[in-house]
Amino acid sequence: MPYTPEKPPLPETAEQLRARIPGWGVDLDPAVRPSYPRERRDLETGAHWHEPEQQPGAEGRERSIEHARVTPVFGTAQPLHGASGAIRRFAYARYSEGRAAHWLLLIAADRVDAVENHLASFVSGRPDNPVTETGVLSEGRRHGLTARRDPHRVDLPHHAVDPIVVAGPWVLAAGVAVVAVRALVRRRR
Amino acid sequence: MVYRGPYKVRVEEKDVPRIEHPNDAIVRVTMAAICGSDLHLYHGLMPDTRVGHTFGHEFIGVVEQVGPSVQNLQVGDRVMVPFNIYCGSCFFCARGLWSNCHNVNPNATAVGGIYGYSHTTGGYDGGQAEYVRVPFADVGPSVIPGWMADEDALMCTDALSTGYFGAQLGEIAEGDVVVVLGAGPVGLYAARSAWLMGAGRVIVVDHLDYRLEKAREFAYAETINFGQVDDIVVRLKRETEHLGADVVIDAVGAEADGNLTQHLTGATLKLQGGSPIALNWAIDAVRKGGTVSVMGAYGPIFSAVKFGDAVNKGLTLRMNQAPVKRQWPRLFEHIRAGYLTPSDIITHRIPLEHIAEGYHMFSAKLDNCIKTVVVPGDA
Repeated sequence: MPYTPEKPPLPETAEQLRARIPGWGVDLDPAVRPSYPRERRDLETGAHWHEPEQQPGAEGRERSIEHARVTPVFGTAQPLHGASGAIRRFAYARYSEGRAAHWLLLIAADRVDAVENHLASFVSGRPDNPVTETGVLSEGRRHGLTARRDPHRVDLPHHAVDPIVVAGPWVLAAGVAVVAVRALVRRRR
Repeated sequence: MVYRGPYKVRVEEKDVPRIEHPNDAIVRVTMAAICGSDLHLYHGLMPDTRVGHTFGHEFIGVVEQVGPSVQNLQVGDRVMVPFNIYCGSCFFCARGLWSNCHNVNPNATAVGGIYGYSHTTGGYDGGQAEYVRVPFADVGPSVIPGWMADEDALMCTDALSTGYFGAQLGEIAEGDVVVVLGAGPVGLYAARSAWLMGAGRVIVVDHLDYRLEKAREFAYAETINFGQVDDIVVRLKRETEHLGADVVIDAVGAEADGNLTQHLTGATLKLQGGSPIALNWAIDAVRKGGTVSVMGAYGPIFSAVKFGDAVNKGLTLRMNQAPVKRQWPRLFEHIRAGYLTPSDIITHRIPLEHIAEGYHMFSAKLDNCIKTVVVPGDA
């Protein structure tokens, strides 16, 4: 009990644990733990440069304003484009990582990016397919009902909310579009 | 695979990546895994996750091409690639902080480079693909030892290294009571690793019975299902004669369940950098003067963390992305000795073509899923 100096006794002795659990205590000495101490100057990294060569193409690459420069190496996976790209560029150029606005703008841009790409997919050869892309068919193949019968799962309430979060904006957007089109038609009459 | 927006992924043909820096390599992926932290991307929680992004920071493969300055790898080498992208020479790398490299991520200074983990970690496509660009090929990847099985090597690229690192950050002393929150892959590995460091008791907490069963079998741990108790903190206090645990490891992160309001504001509506339920339980359940090790991934936005209690209890809070390759020499010894058996937690093996179903299965916790391995080109 914490009301007295003694530590509560353990159910098993070190000898019992060593006999039961493979490798018990082999890393007991902090000196054999690979991340001890946290900072070390004697580790070989394989780097054979003092400063890495600069990857070409850094001009115009978005960067955190907390950086002095575009880093020597960077990803080129999905360059900025469209309205989402403009929002992202503004978030990077205007706000540091310390500002909530930086991150909230980036999340907003993610949603704009999704809308842009979903719409673009409808005029492409491969429109988005919510059935195959959400993997929802695995519910049948992977025992979805059985999994949800586990009486102790506490995540089931938000499972009910998730589809609303995913599909809700689309339903809302479709509703707004229908209302707008009807209003336009009425006005032309 | 490519991301198509929250909860949506599909397989697309993309150009084979090319050498963009003299120390790049191109690796043909032979095996990848889906990580719990990939779900944060999949659910749209991580800022600057762009449509078209290829996820995957756990992968192994064969070197297909090397840049002109690469000295340590050759075409045809069978390699394991740590999830960290790092230069090996910046201020932080020079001090062993290989997960905190300053030379690979122009998008943020707070986090280093990670494969397939949004533009917030540098904008690199990941390894749930046939090919991947591997920067600093002389620094990150290692040739897989001849005796090591592919699936064991794959687990070393993140989950095992992170769990083992998490146990180290707990600064476990002989006889310590260690509580691990979360019985996913990292939690299972952390629990098993805690014994290597001399823990006296290891208690794993989750709400999924099948995962707790795995914790008992794989990690020799006591288990508590928090879905079965009224208040998990009180239960843990009772388990420790009201002292609290010496060490608590948060192996849950941003999408913790257990409090619907926190989950909805943090994980669903993205109004926090994640749902800090597990972190707050850790702060409450650890003893005064104890240590909390945070291995769960959180987003960069603020979260409602009970920091006052952490101060009042005099806690040591330790956390970082694991510097994966620093763990490998010692982990290899443990695997070879049979103290750690990484591939035992793998529950599913799927072809890349089935990636959307793999993500849904993992996200919804169907089919007793714990760890899914993805094999490109294996229909």
